[in-house]
Amino acid sequence: MRNILAICKRELLAFFVSPIAYFVITGFALLVGFFFFNYLAFFARMFEMSQMMAFRGGGELPNLNQVVIEGLFQTMVVILVFLIPLLTMRIVAEEKRRGTFELLITSPVSVTEVVVGKFLSLAVVIIAMLSISFIFPLLLMVYGNPEIPPIVSGFCGVVLCALGFASIGMAVSSFTENQIVAGVSSMVVLLLLYVIQAPAESLGGTSAEVLRYLSPIDQVQQFLRGVVSLKSVTYFASLILLGIFLSQRALEAHRWR
Amino acid sequence: MIEVNNLSKSYGDYKAVSDATFSAARGQIVGFLGPNGAGKTTTIRMLATYLPPSSGKATIAGFDIVSQADEVRKRIGYLPENPPLYPEMTVREYLKFIAEIKGVPRAAMVERIDKVMEQCFITDVRNKLCQHLSRGYRQRVGLAQAIIHEPQVIILDEPTSGLDPKQIIEIRQLIRSLGEAHTVLLSTHILPEVSMVCNKVVIINRGRVVIESMLNQLTKEKDLEQIFLESVSREDDLEMQRQISLAS
Repeated sequence: MRNILAICKRELLAFFVSPIAYFVITGFALLVGFFFFNYLAFFARMFEMSQMMAFRGGGELPNLNQVVIEGLFQTMVVILVFLIPLLTMRIVAEEKRRGTFELLITSPVSVTEVVVGKFLSLAVVIIAMLSISFIFPLLLMVYGNPEIPPIVSGFCGVVLCALGFASIGMAVSSFTENQIVAGVSSMVVLLLLYVIQAPAESLGGTSAEVLRYLSPIDQVQQFLRGVVSLKSVTYFASLILLGIFLSQRALEAHRWR
Repeated sequence: MIEVNNLSKSYGDYKAVSDATFSAARGQIVGFLGPNGAGKTTTIRMLATYLPPSSGKATIAGFDIVSQADEVRKRIGYLPENPPLYPEMTVREYLKFIAEIKGVPRAAMVERIDKVMEQCFITDVRNKLCQHLSRGYRQRVGLAQAIIHEPQVIILDEPTSGLDPKQIIEIRQLIRSLGEAHTVLLSTHILPEVSMVCNKVVIINRGRVVIESMLNQLTKEKDLEQIFLESVSREDDLEMQRQISLAS
């Protein structure tokens, strides 16, 4: 435990002493803010139109949760596909290039401790990043009256999804000593995972169901509707564990070359 | 302390180290000599549990470097060829991190850090970022890292490269003083360094150990330079003959 915390602390220091974390967090907040504004403007127009319709009889008022919150959180997942690799690409690859990997391997810390410590540091940065952009749903709560539970569950869904992405990104970074290779490969992997349910409709049958289950969008969607099912939590937990397991194997394999 | 038996490492067909055998007792400072590419770094990396050997066996403080690697890691201090520093950390932060992962007790940590900074003459740069250090300071921070947990065995890969003459003298003094209580294995290709610092010599060439001897016995008749040249060129001649016989 002490080793895990030491590794995690060192990684956090690296994130916050170098400009990486600030840039990624600011970039994320900027993008999310822009989309928030767009969804809100869209909602306002829909609201106006439906009021005019209601004036003539008929027409339904748009739902704040559905239009703004769901839209915003879904967009966040897309942004994460591109930003998480930028956070994770250096996490192991940089150690190998600098030669500090040799130091870690020859120290009395296990590879698992290294990997878990690094993942924890990523989790801290990601949760900080997502919490900052939680200010937009908060604004809605102050100035509007959205349903609170789906916002909270949706936020948890996005956090879990981001952690899953980070874990995969870390695994990719463990297989190379080149940061660019790590960044590009994890972006490709995450993008593929993001669109994995695309062929579902044309395939049909069981394979379609499997692909839908594997899709992070569909799983986050569950959370956004306020449904925290064991199935979706298991999905993200397995994604996180898979990433940690692969990183651990990749680094352990080094000892047998 | 260090026992090496027929240790070999090959990369495909290329044998980087073949059947290396030597030993070092407690309190000995062993100079590990050899021309460039002789297999010094590979041997050292195997002993530091970074690379697994292809065959053969080695123990450090009685623990096998493969099957009991964790125990070995607790007992060695290792300075690789390039000091493994984190550029974004200050010297103090770096040493604290190392002390943590090497298991220095929390109560003794501050004291140990201050002590090694003093020993390695880096107290004046303690709040500087590692990336701003000159080569000589980096090397000394690397050395401080290797001795912070008071390991029984200290393995140094060319510890004086890149230092200025004054620093070299200081580091040699430090290594000599370390040798009183620890076992030190130090690789180098600077011959005078060996005669000044070490009390035992292991010469390696083309992956083979060609001489293993106490320094005072070895230099009774000839000086180290002659011995080194003879042993290395003898191996080269043998290799040449081998190549020729293979070709014909």
